Amino acid sequence: MTALTTRPGPPAAASLRDDSGRSLGRHHHLAVLALVVVGTLLLFAVTPLQGRAGFGVVVVLLYAAVSTAFSFAREGRRRAQDRLLTLSVHAAVLAALVPLVAVLGYTVNRGSKKLSASFLDHSLRGIGPFDTNGGEYHAIVGTLEQVLLTIVIAVPAGLLVSIYITEYGRGPLAATIRFVVDVMTGIPSIVAGLFIYAFWVLGLKQGFSGLAAALSLAILMLPVVVRASEEMIRLVPDELREASYALGIPTYTTILRVVLPTASAGITTGIMLAVARVTGETAPLLLTSYIAPAINNNVFSGKQAALPTYIFDQAQQGREINFDRAWAAALTLIVVVLVLYASARLLTRRNTLARR
Amino acid sequence: MSATSTSVRTRRFADRAFLGLTGAAGVLVAVLIVAIGTFLVIQAVPALRADTTNFFTTKTWNPDQSPVAFGIAALVFGTIVSSGLALLMAGPIAIGIALYISEYAPRRLARPLGYTVDLLAAVPSVVYGLWGLNFLVPYSSKLQQFLADHVGWIPLFNLGRSGAVGRSVFLASVVLALMILPIIAAISREVFLQVPQANKEAALALGSTKLEMIRYSVLPHSRSGVTGALMLGLGRALGETIAVALVLSLSYRTSLHILDANTGGNTIAANIANQYQGAEPTGQKALIASGLVLFVITFGVNALARLVVSRGGNRTAAA
Repeated sequence: MTALTTRPGPPAAASLRDDSGRSLGRHHHLAVLALVVVGTLLLFAVTPLQGRAGFGVVVVLLYAAVSTAFSFAREGRRRAQDRLLTLSVHAAVLAALVPLVAVLGYTVNRGSKKLSASFLDHSLRGIGPFDTNGGEYHAIVGTLEQVLLTIVIAVPAGLLVSIYITEYGRGPLAATIRFVVDVMTGIPSIVAGLFIYAFWVLGLKQGFSGLAAALSLAILMLPVVVRASEEMIRLVPDELREASYALGIPTYTTILRVVLPTASAGITTGIMLAVARVTGETAPLLLTSYIAPAINNNVFSGKQAALPTYIFDQAQQGREINFDRAWAAALTLIVVVLVLYASARLLTRRNTLARR
Repeated sequence: MSATSTSVRTRRFADRAFLGLTGAAGVLVAVLIVAIGTFLVIQAVPALRADTTNFFTTKTWNPDQSPVAFGIAALVFGTIVSSGLALLMAGPIAIGIALYISEYAPRRLARPLGYTVDLLAAVPSVVYGLWGLNFLVPYSSKLQQFLADHVGWIPLFNLGRSGAVGRSVFLASVVLALMILPIIAAISREVFLQVPQANKEAALALGSTKLEMIRYSVLPHSRSGVTGALMLGLGRALGETIAVALVLSLSYRTSLHILDANTGGNTIAANIANQYQGAEPTGQKALIASGLVLFVITFGVNALARLVVSRGGNRTAAA
């Protein structure tokens, strides 16, 4: 009782002074920002500094410096450090978003110059180095066929592996497979291409083909599919499995009819992200399906063009018209990849399992 | 009676068969990684036999001439320098983004922002290469010249003998940094999000500023996870091919003048993409030999990274 009635004495004045009255408000920050912008304008007028990007960078750096110094003077060291971290973290976000916008914007800008209906439905067959027509039809056909074939190979295999790891696998074998899958996500794409080149193209003397390309892409796609479905299958509540077993349903039916359907939304998202990733791969294709100027509808034999190798080939030829073609193809490729990416993300919203 | 027992038997058989099928797929994956190493070795050996110089210390690349002389010294040097620089640039920015998303961003903004940063990983590498070549090289020449003029007394920024800026190691590293940023940011973000809320609240309740909360509650908890994320990013940079092949001007010299366009540089992966089209049989096998080295290096880095991340106790889907 006495403890409750005892009123605490006034807090030490020193600890209060730290915060009260002296902390910086919104008007202070705006004032500093205005000061910095004016200062930078003056700086750019007087010194040889120029350019919009340079202006942005100088404003951000100066603002961070002045604002931290101001805070140091008014609020003390701890607050100043805290302010500097806040500013740095915001600057980091800007440093990632500005290049993203620059890449996408530049692609749209340069790509739309050459992209047209005739560019989409013509190949490069019979096009000389100085001709300005020709298109990317053969590359679109190649990319579509190769990616479809990759999906046909990698998705069932990936699902089986993830089912083994999550539902059956115990002990060292499952641990090894899991580790290998982890490491496989980091295999450079060119190494996957070299492997198929060494094994399939040279070793088995199969030569270049869209199939070889699909095999190398499948190596890159498989671990991504495994990881995504593994993650999703683990989120399926055990109660569902137990309910199924209680009804006398065997394990494999439980997995195929209960576990996989429950996890399907998340798995589909994972697969679409993986497809988006392999669609843009260039390096392995160079070693497996190579480069071709004409339409090759047969994915199983002969060199076959694809959008990424088309872009690379045109960029290496280096004339103005080649760069125009390369950018038009790049725009096509980016649209395909971003549509895949966006739909995968929209699908995530429907995924009730992965709500966090 | 007999009907039930048959159905039980078929069920058992189907169950076994399904287990066998999934197990076989799993084993196949494990075999695959061994097969990759094996076939690269098989194809590389003839070229290594034909090589008249030391494969590890030679800087030149003339596998299709007589005498056959090629080595990976310059390539490994270029690979490590460009990836290291990329990691130096991307690391702090990526961790900053991860901190922003996990600690600063309003809840509604956090997820879309994460997706947007991930978009950087969705852009195909050939588009980065083309962008680097057509946009970044001309656009940044003033900045590179400025660096060379004003901080050129630092050997790193010195232009060396050519005095020209352009398709330099520096630019290749900038492009690489953009490409590895999302993976580092994504994994670090997951790691930061796993720090117990109670630890953070305890720090704040003691009167910590946000910086102190991050330094004393968040970072100690996520050190190994972030280290792993950085190493995975490094692994990506080491193996990146097409963007580097397009941005960097080819050369087999080793130089630390990262702005110098004439000494340029080369990486193992970019060298394969650039030399492959004109290579004769020995040349092709020499490239496979260099690819084997890249495979070993990236395998090591990735395996180590995974061990570090899993020691920190979390596996994420971000990779």
